[in-house]
Order: sequence, then C-alpha cells, then structure tokens
Amino acid sequence: MKRKYSPVWTFLSLGILALFIIFVVYPLAMVLYRSVLDPASGKLTFENFTRFFGKKYYTNTLRNSFAVTIVATLISAALGLIMAYLTKQYRVRGSAALNICIIVSYLSPPFIGAYAWIQLLGRNGLITRFINSLFHVQFGGIYGFAGIVLVFSLQSFPLIYMYVCGALESLDNSLNEAAESLGANNVQRVTGIILPLVLPTVLASALLVFMRVFSDFGTPMLIGEGFRTFPVVLYNQFMGEVSNDSYFAAALCVIIMLITLFFFFLQRWMARRHSYSMSALKPMQPRDQRPLPKFLTHLVVYAVVLLALLPQITVILTSFLKESTPGMFTSQFTLDNYVTIFSKNKLVIPNTYLYGLCAIVLIIVIGVLVAYLAVRRRSVITSTMDTLTMLPYIIPGSVLGICFLYAFAKPPLALTGTAAIIIISLAVRRMPYTIRSSTAIISQISPSVEEAAVSLGASELKSFAEVTLPMMMSGVVSGAIMSWVTVISELSSSIMLYRASTQTLTVSVYTEVIRDCFGNAAAYSTILTLTSVLSLLLFFKITGRRDISV
Amino acid sequence: MGVAIKIDNVTKIYDGNNIVIDGLSEDIRPGELFTLLGPSGCGKTTLLRMIIGFNTIEKGQISVNGKVVNDIPTNRRNMGMVFQNYAVFPHMNVRDNVAYGLKTRKMPKAERYKKVDEILKLVKMDAYADRMPAQLSGGQQQRIALARAIVIEPDVLLMDEPLSNLDAKLRVEMRNVIKRIQAQVGITTVYVTHDQEEALAISDRIAVMNGGVIQQTGTPKHIYQRPANEFVSGFIGLSNFMDAAVRDGALDFGCGYQVPMGTLKADAPERVHVAIRPEEFLIRPKGEPGIPVTVRSSVFLGMTLHYFVTRRDGQEMEVVVPSDLNEIIPDGTEVSLQIVREKVNVFDAGSRVSVIREGA
Repeated sequence: MKRKYSPVWTFLSLGILALFIIFVVYPLAMVLYRSVLDPASGKLTFENFTRFFGKKYYTNTLRNSFAVTIVATLISAALGLIMAYLTKQYRVRGSAALNICIIVSYLSPPFIGAYAWIQLLGRNGLITRFINSLFHVQFGGIYGFAGIVLVFSLQSFPLIYMYVCGALESLDNSLNEAAESLGANNVQRVTGIILPLVLPTVLASALLVFMRVFSDFGTPMLIGEGFRTFPVVLYNQFMGEVSNDSYFAAALCVIIMLITLFFFFLQRWMARRHSYSMSALKPMQPRDQRPLPKFLTHLVVYAVVLLALLPQITVILTSFLKESTPGMFTSQFTLDNYVTIFSKNKLVIPNTYLYGLCAIVLIIVIGVLVAYLAVRRRSVITSTMDTLTMLPYIIPGSVLGICFLYAFAKPPLALTGTAAIIIISLAVRRMPYTIRSSTAIISQISPSVEEAAVSLGASELKSFAEVTLPMMMSGVVSGAIMSWVTVISELSSSIMLYRASTQTLTVSVYTEVIRDCFGNAAAYSTILTLTSVLSLLLFFKITGRRDISV
Repeated sequence: MGVAIKIDNVTKIYDGNNIVIDGLSEDIRPGELFTLLGPSGCGKTTLLRMIIGFNTIEKGQISVNGKVVNDIPTNRRNMGMVFQNYAVFPHMNVRDNVAYGLKTRKMPKAERYKKVDEILKLVKMDAYADRMPAQLSGGQQQRIALARAIVIEPDVLLMDEPLSNLDAKLRVEMRNVIKRIQAQVGITTVYVTHDQEEALAISDRIAVMNGGVIQQTGTPKHIYQRPANEFVSGFIGLSNFMDAAVRDGALDFGCGYQVPMGTLKADAPERVHVAIRPEEFLIRPKGEPGIPVTVRSSVFLGMTLHYFVTRRDGQEMEVVVPSDLNEIIPDGTEVSLQIVREKVNVFDAGSRVSVIREGA
C-alpha cells in the first residue's frame, strides 16, 4: 500500500519543477529553436549545420578539440590516479598541506594557468629565456596543442585525484590483504584489484574533466595561437566583432551539447557495467617505505604538486612586480597593481562575494529539497524534477550563458545585465553536484528515523526540518565549501552575461589578460586564490576535517 | 600433511610505545585447528596478523615448519587467510576469485580451472562458479573465501572471526563446514574468535587470551572443565563464584556447609574462590546440608530448567537442572544447594589461579 503524504511536498515539487523549466528547459529550447531557424524567412532549416560540417575550417576545430581533450583527459587521469594512490598507500610527509595545494591548483579557472604558463614557457617566458641562453637554442615556447594539453592536464588532474582518494577511502583494506595472502605482489595487487575497483570513479571523474576541457575556450584562446578549438569558434561566433551570427552560434551550441550528451551516456553505460558497492570496514592505512622507494614517492608527489601550483605561484609573484612593457615583469616590488584595481571598479570584489553567497544559498536550499523529494517522496513529478536537474551537468558554461542571453533578453523575463541572471546561472551550473551529493547523504539516513519523529507527533515538515535536515547538514556543508570556491571562480557563463556593474573577479582577470594588463590580472587573480585558500583553511579549522567532498 | 608453527617469545609494539603483546610463546601442532579465543582487544587478531605478516614482529620470532618467517613478505609466506568480512573481490566472479591465488602462482589455465572446480565442489559452490559476489549470500561468500584460501594449498590457514557476520543458524552450519573441510584437507589452521561456543565446537585446542597474554591452552573439554584461572573460568561458560575457606582439605562455605574435597592441591591456601557452573549444583529441600538460598524465578527451556536464586547475603546465582516430570519449584521457596565436588573449580583468592590438582 502506498503511504499518503502531505500535499506540501507536491506543491514544493511543482514549484521547483517550474523553476527548472523556466531557467533550464526554456533557455535550452530557445537555443534549439534558433539553431534550426532561418531568420530571413522564419522557416525551419538545417542550413547552419550543413554549413558547419561542410567546411573543413569548422570540422578541423572539432578534430582539434577532440585531440586536445582526449590527450589531456588521459594525462589527468594517469596523474590523478598516481597521486591518489601514492598519498593514500604510503606515508607522505605534509600530506595534509599537499592535499590543500592540490585542491587550490584545481580551483582557479584554466585560462589563468594558460596565462601563467605563457609567462613561464611562452615566447619570452622566464623558463624559455633560461633554456635558450643555457643551450643556445631558439625554443619558441609552448603554444598550440602542447601548451593547451599542458595547462589542462595540470589543471584537471586534481579533480580525478579528489574523486579517486574518496574511492580509495571506501576500499576495504582486507581486499588488499586477501590479494597479498594469495601471493600477489604490489604490481599485481594494484593492476588486478585496486585499479578495477576504482575504475568507475575514474570514469565518472574523467567525464567531468572531459566536459570541462572540451568546452573551455579561455585556454585555447590564450595559448592556442593557430590551434583553433571548437569552443573558440563558438565564442567568436557569438561575441566576435567580425562575424557575428547568433543563429550559427546556436547551432554550434547544439553540436557541443550533443557531444557532451553522448559522452555522458557513454560514461554512465561504462560505469554501470563495472560498479560495485563498497564500504570500508577498515580503510587502507598509509604505510612506511624503505628509504629509496620513499624518496621516489616524495619526489613524484612533490614534483607534480609543484608543477600544478606553479601557475598560482607565478601569478601571485607577478602581482607584486612592476611591468616594463605589457607582460615583461621587472624584479622591482610594487603595490601599483593592487592600487589600480581597487581604484578602478570598486564593485568587482563585493560582486564576487555577494553573487557567490546568493548562489550558494539557492544551491543548498533547492539542492537539498530536490534530493529529499527525489529519494523520499518518489513520484512522477519528483523523478521528472530529478532528471531535469541533471541537465545542466551536460551544458557547458559558455553554452548556458548563450542560452540565458537568448531566453532572458525580452520581457516578461528581461534579466540580461542584472545580478540575478549571473546568480541564477551560477546556481544552475553547480546545482547537479549538490543534488548528487545530497542524494547520497539522504540515502544513507534510515527513513525510520523520520518515521519515529512522526510517530511521536511531529508533522512531516517538522520531522524533515528537525530530524533529517540536521543529520544531513555536516555532509551538505562540506559539499557547500567546494561549491563556494567553484562558484567564485566560475568564468565561462559569467563572461557571456556580465556588464561593468556585474563584473566579478574571474571575469576581471580574463578581461585584463585580453587587454594585456597582466599586472592587474595577476592582482585580481591573487585575491581570488587568497579567498579560496582562506575559505578552505577556515573550513578545515572549523570542522576539524582534513578532506572535502567534491 | 600440516606443518608446525612455533611462536617464540614474540612482542608487538604499536607506535613505538604501546606494547600489545609482550613475549608470547606457543606451539601449534601440525594439522590441528588451533583457536585464539578472547574478548575484543585481547591481542588475538594482532597475533594472527603477525603470523601472516600484516603486522611486524618487534621481538622474538615465528617459525613455520622450522623456518623463521619474520622477514618473508606476506605474498611469499604461502598462508591462506579468511577474513571477517570475507574480502571476496567484488569485480571477479566466483571462479576468478578462487583462481586468483593460482594465477599469481602462474599455474597454467587448464590446470587452474580444474583445481578451482574441485575445490568449489568441496565447499559445495560448484553451481555458482559464474556468479558475481554481489549475487551471493553472506554464507556463500564465506564459502568462496574459504575455497580461495585453501585452493593454493597453503602451509597454514588463518581465519579471522570468519563467522561473526553471519546469522546464528548459518553460523552453526558454516562452522561444521569449516571443521569438516579442515579435517579433510589437514592444513594447520589458526582460528580467531571471541565466541566461546564457536571455539568449543570447532577447535582441536584453544588458547584463551586476555590482555595480550595466553591464559591457558588446552582442549575444549579441558579448558571448560579445568580452567587455569578465574578469567578463563568466567570467560568460558558461566560460573557462579563463592568465597570459601579451606580447612583440612575441605571447603567451608561458612553457613555450616562443609565439603571434603579430593581434588585440591596439598598447598592450597586458606582463602579461596569456588567457581560452580550452574549444572554443578544439586537442589535439596530446606534444612538439608548445603547453601541456603531462595528461588527468585525460573525459566523452562525444554531440555533444561533454570532457577535464579539469591543467597542470604544477596548474591544472585543461576542453577540449571535437567527438566523432568516433577513440579517446578515455586518462586519464593527456600532450598538448600549442594555442589558436585568432583566438578567444581577452586582458585586462590589472592592470585586467582587454580588450586586444583594436576590431572584431577
């Protein structure tokens, strides 16, 4: 027999469903519609698609994007796996600090990495000049394919690292011990037991890396030079002064979403075939190593973390240096950059924090409700809602920005240029992550706890608010800290939607880099990094935890 | 046939200063099923993990078949282990799980599968060879874990609380399976449990551990009937403890009840504790020689009848008698309890060590 629930839940579900239809489905539909619309005649046409696939110029960008993305994702996965395994299996000095460093290196938008690597390994980069004068060669710097792959790999492996660390923590050590007692050596144990068991996690996180890399335009724009990727063309079609064709851009949006959708389902299919429920009775304990392996472990771990942090370090250092010509930093200390940015647009920093906070509140309130409704009040409405809320997962940020511009340009929902459109876009982009983690948390709370509260006289809403919600909170909060730092460093949708009055830190970094004001960009970026690091440290301090959930 | 394990004066120290086991020695005989029994935290699992090599040995040595194993890594010790949570590899089917140890030993595929099929028959899981672990019950997973550990023909089989995650009925069934297969294969087996009934049922010999020290080693019958000290007496089965005095080779319970004893050591001290199991009492009518008690309540369990009684000083005791056709003694009745003198155990009230004669 089905239990009868209070109608409050149905109203809530319908309300949230309506919000998602307005802010996700409707904008997507607008883009779909435009992609097949002939603006002159008002008829349906596939002309935009045939135009794209008919020209080598365009299809080449797609090929380039795939090449860069696949190579960068593979390198990220390898690095992330190795780093996670080494730090979980062996005792590494300063692993808590290393963990924070790795998270921090993930948090800045990739284009900052691109910009910093140009400072180091570009045509006039620090390292380039050093190499050229040392070996008397004419190394021209890393641009194009190699540069993009370098930036994305170092910037994305932390995500895979974080996910795999989580998976390794839930891997019962007795599986390792069983393999050992059956005669397996370290290599056999890692390849035969650990790797297959964390594979679903690797696939899931690799998909996130894939989507992020595939749809990022900032990095190839800065470091790609002649190497044009798909998102660059998309961005130029939409924002460019030369050839601005918003109908063609809509078609490009549809193409990129079809690709991410395909990979989303591919990953789901692969993960479902290899998923095991694991719960660790006794998690792996970091072991001590003999001196030589211990040295090698430390060498690898520290080298990778240093490489990953190098862009951040470069940016922070250069923010305090005087520029002789744009991009050429002298060794003279200065605070000019900070003076400039604080006198320029006083709204940038307050905007960033305000939008971030508003978005986080929205994300937590709606995310927790959706997860609760989907798990505990399963119905046609709630499962539709649950599916819809996953949509933003496969929409690249820049595409979401474009969707919003198409949808909310005219009344009744004329939101273009307002703070609201930025906050909503931030919330929509991050929502799926919070919903997934909240769903996992709720599934682990026994429904009988709430039933006990109801049997003792509490109403359904009261039992949710006073019993289930407090039990969820620690998990939700640790997810929220990650949401907060990702939200304040979001670029790809904000860059489409901002005005001077709604400019945020990341957008400022980007616009300053594009304008060749590298000092200002470095200063903005430093403030952003500092905010993230302080947020993380504060979180660790308050909760006493050493890890965060992704 | 099985090999002997010699544990010689071993010490386990955690984190540099936490001594868990201090100079423990024990000899485990070829082919026997040897159980380490004790409450949680007594060091039994620590000792087991020292034998297989998951724990280091800080002092002393462990030898198997005369060969010191201290510095041999686990994967070359040729020992099989069955884990508390089975540790069946979730990503391999039953056949591949069982074949894993043979694969690491580079046994050719045909031979490997032939052996796996044999062992699966032995544990009666041959019908499940192609199943994934998630499709198996706890008891079935435990059979796979057992098959996987013995198929490699280990020198030693180690079992760490293998039945504690199973329900009561399955536990009894599985311990019979383990005992049957162990006897059939003849591998020297070290078995860890905190469940005394399981230990009594399954073991050739039991070592009762507490505080990192082996309190007593012996056959199940011996440690139950002649516990070496009060800890063993209280941990194995149920004992009612009573103060008494030894006078001229007789126990004086102070209430006018004296029992001449033939089992005491000649040098037994005056102040002793007497441990009497519930079935070592005889109930006599009030007024007859014995310890005067009042029946508080009774429980009829079919085969046996349990009385909960109270002494004059308020001490509560349990008495078990085989059920018969007589009326159950009503609550509140005063009766006299006599003891079965050959069976009861007597301990020094100071050192709490048994003062029963060797061989009695």
